[in-house]
Amino acid sequence: MGRSGPGLNRGRLLAIARKELLQLRRDRRSMWMAFVLPLLLVVMFGYAITWDVNNIPLAAVDLDGTARSRELVDAFRASGYFTVAARPARVREVEPLMDRGKVRVALVIPRGFAADLGAGRTAPLQVLLDGSDANTATIAMGYTQGIVRSYSNRVALRASGMRLPVATRSRVWFNQELASRNMIVPGLIPVIMMIIAAMLTSLTIAREWERGTMEQLASTPVHRLEVVLGKLLPYLCIGIADVVLASVVGVLLFHVPFRGNAALLMVLATAFLVGALGLGMFISAVARSQVLATQMAMVATFLPAFLLSGFMFSIDVMPAPLQAISLLVPARYFLVVTRGIFLKGVGVHVLLLQGLLMLAFAAAGLALATRAFRKELR
Amino acid sequence: MVRKEFRQLFRDPRLARMVLVSPMIQLIIFGYAVSTDIRHTRTFVVDHDHTRASRELVRSFTAAGYFKIVGRSERSADLVNAMDHGSATVGIEIPPGFARALTAGGEGATVQVILDGTNSNTATVAQGYAERIVTAYGARVAGSRFVPPVDVRERAWFNPDLASRNYNIPAVVGTIILLVCLLLTSLAVVRERELGTLEQLRVSPLEPWEMIAGKTIPFALIGLLDQALILGAAVLWFHIPFTGALGLLLLASLCFLMTALGLGLFISSISTTQQEAFMSTFLVFQPMMLLSGFMFPVSSMPAAFRWFTLLNPLRHYLEIIRGIFLKGAGLDALWPQYGALLAMGCAVMWLATNRFRRISG
Repeated sequence: MGRSGPGLNRGRLLAIARKELLQLRRDRRSMWMAFVLPLLLVVMFGYAITWDVNNIPLAAVDLDGTARSRELVDAFRASGYFTVAARPARVREVEPLMDRGKVRVALVIPRGFAADLGAGRTAPLQVLLDGSDANTATIAMGYTQGIVRSYSNRVALRASGMRLPVATRSRVWFNQELASRNMIVPGLIPVIMMIIAAMLTSLTIAREWERGTMEQLASTPVHRLEVVLGKLLPYLCIGIADVVLASVVGVLLFHVPFRGNAALLMVLATAFLVGALGLGMFISAVARSQVLATQMAMVATFLPAFLLSGFMFSIDVMPAPLQAISLLVPARYFLVVTRGIFLKGVGVHVLLLQGLLMLAFAAAGLALATRAFRKELR
Repeated sequence: MVRKEFRQLFRDPRLARMVLVSPMIQLIIFGYAVSTDIRHTRTFVVDHDHTRASRELVRSFTAAGYFKIVGRSERSADLVNAMDHGSATVGIEIPPGFARALTAGGEGATVQVILDGTNSNTATVAQGYAERIVTAYGARVAGSRFVPPVDVRERAWFNPDLASRNYNIPAVVGTIILLVCLLLTSLAVVRERELGTLEQLRVSPLEPWEMIAGKTIPFALIGLLDQALILGAAVLWFHIPFTGALGLLLLASLCFLMTALGLGLFISSISTTQQEAFMSTFLVFQPMMLLSGFMFPVSSMPAAFRWFTLLNPLRHYLEIIRGIFLKGAGLDALWPQYGALLAMGCAVMWLATNRFRRISG
């Protein structure tokens, strides 16, 4: 490897970049993947996929049949979280409905409900939840309690003029309407970038091997860092274009707020991309076959970025070993950056630690790729 | 033919390892990491009141285990800072004169609860908990004077502790089978094409259906093996209740395998390189997984997408698996899903076989 002089030659670097670009243009499906997959994911997550739980199908079992009980059912319907999907006359009929998944929650108002309320006795109310979907059930339980509590307070105020001595005033920052879309779209950027970056470059070196062009490359007087950077450059451009694309679609189509500094986002995205692309190249050099490389890239990047970055599942509640692993997932840091810049509008002073970690990731990616490449050439 | 395929598959031990390792990784992640339970939410307290009443309120926040105090201050600016940095996701601000307002009657006291909406899910649930805690505290302060007139009692069926694990792990079975079958089938056939050995097959005396069977059966077996592995781990290691009939699950898996293998064949017939096949698989798998109800409830999707998911075999299969696992449901409840799977399986297989016949002979 002593063939090339110290310092990088820009001409050689660009020549390699041009060659890579030509190869890429011929690989139509990879290009598809590079631009269609991010759009597909953003649109799907923005449109169809939501953590928000609403329209929960409810079975209202009103055994009381009074104005009071109807008022309570109405309170559930008016909340917007529930739709009354069935009105069984008996509790027994709830089970088959839940078995078939026709309803997820059943509200059972016992006989004598209005009478109890009128007499100042505590009226019991039963709520049955389909626990098989634990997530929906937990949220539905929270909604139920909120609705019943405010109904209960209203009744108490009407009956005795008495109110609770303390009230909660809740305020939501950064995402007032609590739309999961606002959290998902910025969160998708690290996930998408990680997959695409690693998958695209995971092909590059393996392809040279499979086509036998690796020897050619080895015999030319290029510095290995020039090869790595030259191969990186086209993909970096694609990656940055993807970040811009996802951000623009998020802001224009889904009205996700963008409160921070776009330039800062781009700088940090570049660092993140360099790291991810380098990692992909490293995988490519290790795997040597395109198919294996893409699969390794998927297991090494997609799953951790998707599941262990905090994109959807809070890292706080994971068991300690997995929390420790998540520290090694770069998407975790970039996620703090994208959400911080989009939703919180924070600047460098808040994101300093993440920024430094991202730079370290970029350096590590380049170093890994360069080293793996040197080994290949021997 | 089947034997040859197996040999080819396991010639690359790394690929074989992938087939076994990736289900295990998914299982561990979904068993341990993916939890939507909200506990120990990082909470920052700003107490301007400094009275026994305010301290008691803060204590009742931590008592239930939902909130964990990570910082206290007397300045609201510190709360803003903690929220910006993400070191706290909930803020409690108790205004000056809180204790006085609590006992003075009139409008009553207020507690400000600030939530980081960046994670809307956590925020929604934490808000519910916070309000419940404050209400309970208020009722305690009011003593005998206030009794909430309605008392809700909740009971969760099928999964009384509402453990998200019980919901997630059975579903991993579905996604793994889909991924393994799609990927391996689509790659295997394309590889023959790339290597030029499809020509050889063409001149061999095999019937087209024999070729297809030979190509798909090994992967079906691997899919079933993965399934058995996950089922075993789910029941023995994660103690997921299995309340239904095993035979019924096997029947559903066979129907589902047919669709997955058919799709894989189809992808391979429209791809000329392994790379293309891989990309196409990924592009097909992504939406199928996301629109299946695996992680995101179908009922919250817009109506158009909800209709669309009816065409997604994974959605039906997951409904069957979860129904059998957790509810012990039988054919009387699940027949529509079985019907849909069977119909889709036949249709996809027919389509794939036709296309395949065209390219191979």
